[in-house]
Amino acid sequence: MDLDQRSKHLRRAIVEALEGGRRGHLGSSMSMIEILRVLYDSFLRFRPTQPDWSDRDRCILSKGHGCLALYAILADKGYFNREELKTFCTPTSRMGGHPEWGKLPGVEASTGALGHGLSIGVGMALAARIRRQTYRVAVVTGDGEINEGSVWEAAMSASKHRLSNLTVFVDYNKLQSYGPTKDVLDLEPLTDKWRSFGFAVEEVDGHDLKALEQLVAHLPLDEQRPTAVICHTVKGKGFPFAEGKAEWHHKSGLTSEEIRSMYECLI
Amino acid sequence: MRKRCLDSVHELAKADARVVYIGSDLGPGVLNAMKMEMPERFFMEGVSEQHVIGMAAGLAMEGFIPYVNTIATFITRRCYEQVALDLCLQDLPVRLIANGGGAVYAPLGPTHLAVEDLAIMRALPNMTIVAPCDAEEMRRFMAKTIDWPHPIYIRLGKGGDAVVSRDENGFEIGEAILLREPGSGVFVTTGVMTQIALQAADKLAAEGLPCGVLHVHTVKPLDRTALGHWLPKVAGVVTVEEHTRIGGLGSAVLEFCNDEMPEQAVKIARIGIPDHFADQYGSQNSLLDHWGITVDALRDTMCRQLRRN
Repeated sequence: MDLDQRSKHLRRAIVEALEGGRRGHLGSSMSMIEILRVLYDSFLRFRPTQPDWSDRDRCILSKGHGCLALYAILADKGYFNREELKTFCTPTSRMGGHPEWGKLPGVEASTGALGHGLSIGVGMALAARIRRQTYRVAVVTGDGEINEGSVWEAAMSASKHRLSNLTVFVDYNKLQSYGPTKDVLDLEPLTDKWRSFGFAVEEVDGHDLKALEQLVAHLPLDEQRPTAVICHTVKGKGFPFAEGKAEWHHKSGLTSEEIRSMYECLI
Repeated sequence: MRKRCLDSVHELAKADARVVYIGSDLGPGVLNAMKMEMPERFFMEGVSEQHVIGMAAGLAMEGFIPYVNTIATFITRRCYEQVALDLCLQDLPVRLIANGGGAVYAPLGPTHLAVEDLAIMRALPNMTIVAPCDAEEMRRFMAKTIDWPHPIYIRLGKGGDAVVSRDENGFEIGEAILLREPGSGVFVTTGVMTQIALQAADKLAAEGLPCGVLHVHTVKPLDRTALGHWLPKVAGVVTVEEHTRIGGLGSAVLEFCNDEMPEQAVKIARIGIPDHFADQYGSQNSLLDHWGITVDALRDTMCRQLRRN
């Protein structure tokens, strides 16, 4: 599926940050650009000038290593100046290699250690219920991330509490750090797993904007259950030399030549 | 102590809509009155400590004050990363109520003994650690937990302990209480160990060696003012804790001395649990005897320190 100009524009913002920090989780960020784009363009209610607006929808990036994609969309939405992306990973930057709550507006939780975001999301969704607020909670997880047992503890709890105001988006790019998820710790049958944990489940092409928009327009899928959306994605999407390559999960010491070839992919 | 602590959670919840209670899988009927009265703020989430801490963090990020409760070993070791990152890194007002700190669960063996909890909690920035000495002090302390802006680890003793704290001493988090004026030595204690230190001080007084007892209910932040005041005034200092000698109260006091008054460090002897897993069952008291944490051992150690200095 070809990328449109907006998807390329967002990827360019990430490359600008990578150019500043010379390192980052390129593959893990590029696979979920369209997921975050559709969430922020078409689903979430938020006010960039009032990041702690109490009725905003909460979006937790549980796979914190994909933070470059989050930083790019937050800059795009006006939470801060896009120029700041160039400070990525520099000593006094507000943007580290994993996002931190309270440092950068729009970041809803400090994540990076995997398997934390869904539990935090459950707590936030319960808070909305206790206070009779109508905000919704979206949690974006990785696929390697859901190796963590804590994710499934949280899933049981979300189901027990019938948190229909909570949706999990799994960025299922089929590659974790060491290699294919099916070899490292096979997640299949993944939709059955979420369903058996009490979620309403839908699968979608995580780069298909129309399909994603149609899906989020119909959330929650079930008024009595939390939702899990399995997003089939391509790691490193948009960069042929990185697509589907585990070695691009994280890169440090990026050369100027590599940065240049990234920009060339986005013309 | 435990009942007083949990009853306090209920009382606090009646007065403040931000208070919620989250248990893992505790005994039947725990806080039943609260569950009946305010079911939307009572949670029993199952044997899922990692999730429970994250969920508490999410609630705290939305302005609630969660009191999380389970056995001390499981609220520390099992979910340490969640405590470190979800609670301490984000500096959230979550309260961890740890049942059975120390050797309370002696007959259940080393899987259930929380003897390094102070050390691992103390290593975390933003964490506050409180170990009251009796049920009455627990009550006074719990009233202070509402407004404390940081995470708190609350170490519970067995319960049924004698009441040695005094109402007139009040309670402020981070302020040690001098339960007995020092003479030539002072015991620096925390939790229910304060009780045996008072008994040891009685013995020493009868022998003509009056010694004080400084009850450091808050292990972190350490009351540097009280230590700085009393340590130079005595010839011997004995720290006492129901905890490994590594990283707990005794270590904290030595670190304080090393930072601020190194010449005082030579006065200090540390009484605590040796560096090995429990190799006996029995009871809390029999294990304490086995480890040499007894009134007589405290007395002997103080005498030795006084002779040395």
